[in-house]
Amino acid sequence: MRFSGLRVLREGLTGNRGWQAHWRDASPKAAYDVVIIGGGGHGLSTAYYLAREHGITNVAVLEKGYLGGGNVGRNTTIVRANYFLPGNSEFYSHSLKLWEGLEQELNYNVMHSQRGQIVLFHSDGQRDAAIRRGNAMRNQGDDAELLSIGQLKKVLPYLDYDQGRFPIYGGLLQRRAGTARHDAVAWGYARGASERGVDLIQNCEVTGIDIEGGVVKGVQTSRGAIRAKKVAIIVAGRSSQVAAMAGMRLPIESHVLQAFVTEGLKPCIDHVVSFGMGHFYISQSDKGGLVFGGDLDMYASYAARGNLPLVEHVMEAGMTLMPMIGQAKVLRSWGGIMDMSPDGSPIIDRSPVEGLYLNCGWCYGGFKAVPGSGHCMAHLVATDRPHTAAERLRLDRFRTGRGLMDEEGTGAQHNLH
Amino acid sequence: MRLPCPICGERDRREFYYAGHAVALERPQEGAGAEAWDYYVHNRDNPCGETRDLWFHESGCGAWIVVTRDTASHAVLGAVLAEEAAR
Amino acid sequence: MRLDGDGLIDRTRRLAFTFDGRKHLGFEGDTLASALIGAGVKVVARSFKYHRPRGIFTAGSEEPNALVTLGRGPGQEPNARATTVELQEGLAAYGQNAWPSVEFDLMAVNDLLSPFLGAGFYYKTFMWPKAFWEKLYEPVIRQAAGLGALSREASTERWERAFAHCDVLVIGAGPAGLMAAWTAAEAGADVILAEEDTRLGGRLNAEVEEVDGQAGSAWAEAMQARLRTMENVRVMTRTAVVGAYDQGTFGALERLEPGRALKGCFWRIVAKRAVLAAGAIERPVAFSNNDRPGVIMAGALRAYINRWRVCPGNRVAVFANSDAGHQTVRDLLAAGVHVSALIDARADAACDLDVPFYAGGQVCDSGGRKALESVSFLHRDRIETVQADVLAMSGGWNPSVHLSCHMGARPVWDEGLAAFVPREGAVPGMRYAGAAMGMFSTRECLESGAAAGKAVVDDLGLNGAEVPVPKAEDGVYQIKPLWHVPGKGRAWLDFQNDVTVKDVTLAAQENFTSVEHMKRYTTQGMAPDQGKNSNVAALAVLADATGRGIAETGTTTFRPPYVPVPIAAMGAGAQGKGFSPERFTTSHDASIGRGAPMIEAGLWYRPSYFPKAGETHWRQSCDREVRMVRDHVGICDVSTLGKIDVQGPDAAAFLDFLYTNMMSALKVGRVRYGLMLREDGHVMDDGTCARLGERHFLVTTTTAAAGQVMRHMEFAHQVLRPDLDVRFASVTEQWAQFAVAGPMSRALLEDVLKQDLANGDWPFMACGDVRTKGVTARLFRISFSGELAYEIAVPARHGAALFDQLVAKAEAMEGGPYGMEALNVMRIEKGFITHAEIHGRTTAFDIGMQGMMSDRKDFIGKAMAARPGLMDEDRAQFVALKPVGTVKELIAGAHLFAPGAEVVSENDEGYITSVAFSPMLGHVIGLGFLERGRARIGEHVRMVEHLKGSATLCEVVAPGGFDPEGGRMRG
Repeated sequence: MRFSGLRVLREGLTGNRGWQAHWRDASPKAAYDVVIIGGGGHGLSTAYYLAREHGITNVAVLEKGYLGGGNVGRNTTIVRANYFLPGNSEFYSHSLKLWEGLEQELNYNVMHSQRGQIVLFHSDGQRDAAIRRGNAMRNQGDDAELLSIGQLKKVLPYLDYDQGRFPIYGGLLQRRAGTARHDAVAWGYARGASERGVDLIQNCEVTGIDIEGGVVKGVQTSRGAIRAKKVAIIVAGRSSQVAAMAGMRLPIESHVLQAFVTEGLKPCIDHVVSFGMGHFYISQSDKGGLVFGGDLDMYASYAARGNLPLVEHVMEAGMTLMPMIGQAKVLRSWGGIMDMSPDGSPIIDRSPVEGLYLNCGWCYGGFKAVPGSGHCMAHLVATDRPHTAAERLRLDRFRTGRGLMDEEGTGAQHNLH
Repeated sequence: MRLPCPICGERDRREFYYAGHAVALERPQEGAGAEAWDYYVHNRDNPCGETRDLWFHESGCGAWIVVTRDTASHAVLGAVLAEEAAR
Repeated sequence: MRLDGDGLIDRTRRLAFTFDGRKHLGFEGDTLASALIGAGVKVVARSFKYHRPRGIFTAGSEEPNALVTLGRGPGQEPNARATTVELQEGLAAYGQNAWPSVEFDLMAVNDLLSPFLGAGFYYKTFMWPKAFWEKLYEPVIRQAAGLGALSREASTERWERAFAHCDVLVIGAGPAGLMAAWTAAEAGADVILAEEDTRLGGRLNAEVEEVDGQAGSAWAEAMQARLRTMENVRVMTRTAVVGAYDQGTFGALERLEPGRALKGCFWRIVAKRAVLAAGAIERPVAFSNNDRPGVIMAGALRAYINRWRVCPGNRVAVFANSDAGHQTVRDLLAAGVHVSALIDARADAACDLDVPFYAGGQVCDSGGRKALESVSFLHRDRIETVQADVLAMSGGWNPSVHLSCHMGARPVWDEGLAAFVPREGAVPGMRYAGAAMGMFSTRECLESGAAAGKAVVDDLGLNGAEVPVPKAEDGVYQIKPLWHVPGKGRAWLDFQNDVTVKDVTLAAQENFTSVEHMKRYTTQGMAPDQGKNSNVAALAVLADATGRGIAETGTTTFRPPYVPVPIAAMGAGAQGKGFSPERFTTSHDASIGRGAPMIEAGLWYRPSYFPKAGETHWRQSCDREVRMVRDHVGICDVSTLGKIDVQGPDAAAFLDFLYTNMMSALKVGRVRYGLMLREDGHVMDDGTCARLGERHFLVTTTTAAAGQVMRHMEFAHQVLRPDLDVRFASVTEQWAQFAVAGPMSRALLEDVLKQDLANGDWPFMACGDVRTKGVTARLFRISFSGELAYEIAVPARHGAALFDQLVAKAEAMEGGPYGMEALNVMRIEKGFITHAEIHGRTTAFDIGMQGMMSDRKDFIGKAMAARPGLMDEDRAQFVALKPVGTVKELIAGAHLFAPGAEVVSENDEGYITSVAFSPMLGHVIGLGFLERGRARIGEHVRMVEHLKGSATLCEVVAPGGFDPEGGRMRG
């Protein structure tokens, strides 16, 4: 069924009885060409592009819980392409291009809103780093602009320019950055994949990966064994557990990242704003809630919930940066489990097992990567060759030291990125 | 979250700095192969459940401690001084 | 309307307030909601999506409708629940999310469009044309959405934060909580009793019933008096416990009574045990037009009648599926309010009250526009209609399980209660009591409270006499589950987000059958009431639509906070400068006195430059200061650099393990430059290491990395090398340290120290103790400027005096103080690195210091630095650049390309890290990294900077173009 304004009108006039399931619930078949472990944003987009770009439709997406129940539905919905190191730079650039036009591609309004992101800087050193970043973005073909204090005061009049602990020197603006409705991205890809014949199987937990002679043969699940020619592990948040089923130990530590939303408010923040001194980023959802977050809780965790020290630190950053939000009330907080890698950048690569592919290590970057990750992962699974936009996202870069993508410059301590 | 510093007693998480899994105690000998170092610096068991990790009582007594903890429930099961665990 | 009788308000104290500009009167003890009801105001708000008129619905913090804005200007508070706002003289409240007002709202046109605005409609449209989303659709949607508005001015509310510790935290002070607190307190436990309301008692303040032979509210007041006399009990009213966190930590929001300068306090309460006695929340029934102003929860209506002596109308219909209906009618009759019908969904219910009674009836519609006028109900297969301006409804009670779910546990479905109850062990150390665990009679509450109190003191190993449980009402909770009355119109589940039964069934029809999918697709439960009123009913409707049971359908997760918390409360103290500590050097006041602009360096403040009369641009001051140092002498406070004192028999061996180079070979009285790596092989920090004695070293770090290096050293010692006998301590604050730099520096210091500093005893890189004015100081012959220079350190209490003395001497020699700008220019002239260069991604190899990596020992980072990728000749290497074309500008952060190469990422060869104009060399110098740079000295590269729009042809030169042989600093 095609969605359109006309359709909404017609259904509205006839009692909305004609709407159909956005995707088909499937039961597992005995065998597939490709089994994707993980029905999150990345798994669903991989399935979609396998079908759409490569004509591979004999595909199952196995999801332990419900589709989109992981980090794609618990993030701060920011979409941007403002990385500066080779590898990240071309990958996120590629992903952003796929975001642009995703509604039309999927016939699903994911509300991708290119409202612009402004990263503030607070010292000469941070300004120089912002210039380096902005130039990398421009060299990559993406947009970036430097905003002076005067320009900032016009677009962000509510920042504390006079009393704040760390004075604001300026900002780096990416106009094409913005937000999207996170759940809708998962649902849109699910619908697109399902329409093309992919089996989406919920409540199906993978319990083992069958490998014979170094070649993957299929998976064991809570709903029986499934044979597969190729298996893709796309389970950020649980990557270590699933990879361990294939005997692998990954360069990943799992950490909880909290996020917050306030009660609905009339429009007051029109951009995504990031605080250069305090790990704080904020935007306002179309519904009116301020959506914001900060740093990791900073301890390994699978609990999808955090603690007060980080909560308060995020609020402190908000208060020093934009004290107008003081009277906004936090409505809900939640936590997502991040695959933290040693350089803060992701992995899309073959594994040492033939026919087994890895997609993990997304750290904070997972949501904006959803289209690019699925697109490149599908390419890798279908052709056995990395997509040019993702060829640097290699697993072996840590061992060799070649092509590390440590944007924060904090080194191989997983939680510091 | 509160952690039991073996020297100071139970303290708020704010007083501690976190440094990851206690695998850091097992530094390879000089000349160990690339794989040993890769495992030491990068790769992690990353258990969902009981783990041992390293915390620094930075705003307290300055002790590095090894905390036994559950990553799924956040239950804290015990702590010893890293200095003793390392010996 | 206001009823006769006292209730719990003070009729002698009248309070004037306004709502949307109209003046009303209330009494001390009123909430804004009770005062509005007393004043006869019916429409107080509009719903989120359809802008339906809405009235007051509950009497607690779960209120979904009556959200108002308090005040105007910087103190403006949007989305305040009228039901929890304490009335005060002069309170100005405003309706919100309506235009022009909640009474007449033009946005109500949305209600007519409701067939097209069902669940998730926006996912299916607004996609064409593509460019219209940001330009048209989204701005319109954003403007229409949202509830109240922020003032957009800086918050002026003051909040505090504090810690509290106790043995037992009792959450909620109804009958169960009071008994739990009393029991625990009598056993000697240190108790905190936290109650969201302004007074203790919970439902006892809202009901007509006796406890221990007196009115329930009087008993609660007596209990409060008793508890307040006990030293081991802290009674915290107006305090909502909002979150349960690990190891017995709870977040709590205390609001002070209105009119105080301080709004309240955000508490972190650490409790060994907790008793959750948070009561229960009455739930509505979904039927057509159940959202009309005048429809109110039955328990809330009893509270308004009994506690505040107000009633929102004078003809009341009552609809319930338990005995709550009878109880409500009894109270209404006692208050002299006309009851037009009692409709009891239970077919077998009986009634001995003198009101029209309809057993087995179900309300199926309401009539009226902005206020309820009639109620239609299905009774014995007929639809009957009664006139009523109030409908009190009760669909049963949901225990307030929320806090028990904050650590991830799901509640348990209790078929008999038709409600979720908290799961045992959901929060370690937490027990449950009273209505929060499904005990709905007062006697059960009192008993379970005492039992929970006893259980926690037993857990704690305390012994105390059991307290007597007072006599109280002992009803039986008999309920017929009723979630939704079928009908044609829209039946609201989530009042605030305008989610109706149709939305939930549509979600199921579209395969959003997981409860999480339904919530996300319909937005049910995501409004400010966090689903407190709607969650259970919505999932019951979903269960029905999907043919599953409620237990199987499950519930969504409750997450902190239990009630919304202002950002200003949790971030209290951080506004302005409070975000992080400020560190000041001993020369801070002197620098300020000389007009130096101070800039942040980590947490420190350092002088940028010292302007002189006539200088209008920082460059003038900076250039002068550079020349001053290079020609005469300058003084610079370098105390912010980290200083770590290292002592012990194994101190040298320890430092060998930390630094890439050999510190054990350093002679006493000498200083060596050193490089520390992270274990991953990249440079962590650089600095100097001075050997003050055979077993005594002083390590310096950069300002930025001082804390990190200290932590790293503790790690290296305690975790990796506990075998080494070494002790160390940070002495950064203990010593004030000043650079004395320039050709006259020796003469200056000889004058100050009254001793000879000739090269024989004090060569380059010497160190040792000196004395000045009876104070032992440390002198280091080190230089970050490339000049003959020293750094002199004295105990911090002498810092200010020494700085003044040094500056005075310098000024007498045509010298003076210099700031960070000049310091930076001089180090760039010399090609010295800072964290602009060692930014965490560079190796010793990259900065040309691979020779400093000793192969005679192990050190941290050695193995990983040898990875092929870290030693690759193609890596970007440290170089300097100078402009050679007509454009003379260099910009830090700009990227480097081969001349003629297309400016795209693929051709990117490097970047500039630091730039300065060198007054000595007369041109701009850039430092940066260039692929294979060391082999490209003399080649040309092109700097391209897009953001400011600049391109400069440069020559690659070796860093350190000023006095490359270093004769000046050795001089």
